[in-house]
Amino acid sequence: MVDGMDLDNTKKMTIIVTKGTLDWAYPPFILATTAAAMDVDVTMFFTFYGLGLLDKELDLKVSPLGNPAMEMPMMGGHMGMPNMIGMLPGVTSGATAMMKNMIKKKGVASIEELREAAELSDVRMIACQMTVDLFEKKKEDMIDGIEFGGAATWMESALASDINLYI
Amino acid sequence: MADATLDAQGLNCPLPILKAKKALKDLANGQILEILATDPGAVKDFEAFCRTTGNKLVSAGEDGGVFRFEIERVA
Repeated sequence: MVDGMDLDNTKKMTIIVTKGTLDWAYPPFILATTAAAMDVDVTMFFTFYGLGLLDKELDLKVSPLGNPAMEMPMMGGHMGMPNMIGMLPGVTSGATAMMKNMIKKKGVASIEELREAAELSDVRMIACQMTVDLFEKKKEDMIDGIEFGGAATWMESALASDINLYI
Repeated sequence: MADATLDAQGLNCPLPILKAKKALKDLANGQILEILATDPGAVKDFEAFCRTTGNKLVSAGEDGGVFRFEIERVA
């Protein structure tokens, strides 16, 4: 018996996006845009701190605090930053500025660019309604063209997908 | 002879792939897109991109740190 599912050869992928710092924003958007370029139907589900990545105005930050693997080019070498120093006021904004500078210098796309590419390639973006309520997010502060849904909405996509990632 | 050229020099992953996909869309089937890139990761990525999408990697080479690819639009 042939039903609609058998005729649909398009590969599908879902990504659950749970983190909203500058460094963690990259993997989901790089994979989503690349998959879309390779003719994969992509669904992104933004929950908890990942939800901020749907804000119209992005002001993403990266912190060396509690992140011993984060080494930055410094004094001709690469150095991690002790947590004691990571705690000091201004260190997060300094590390963020340094990271954004490196991103620009190395020809790496900004998150804004990647998100726009995702929108243009019809990546389906779902904002977690529960998180919207929990954090009292305003829909008018978020980008247009997104859907609002819950775990069951993601499950339906995930069950029909070839790849499901949690980032 | 390519029908269009994409200069992706200085761009890093995944931008060369994203821009190539966009440029291929503007071509007709059978036409060839030439891509110039400096990202060494693009070599394996364009091979994988073509295998997955069905587009044909007609040529791939390197000259003085600049990678040059020719992709024929098939799909």
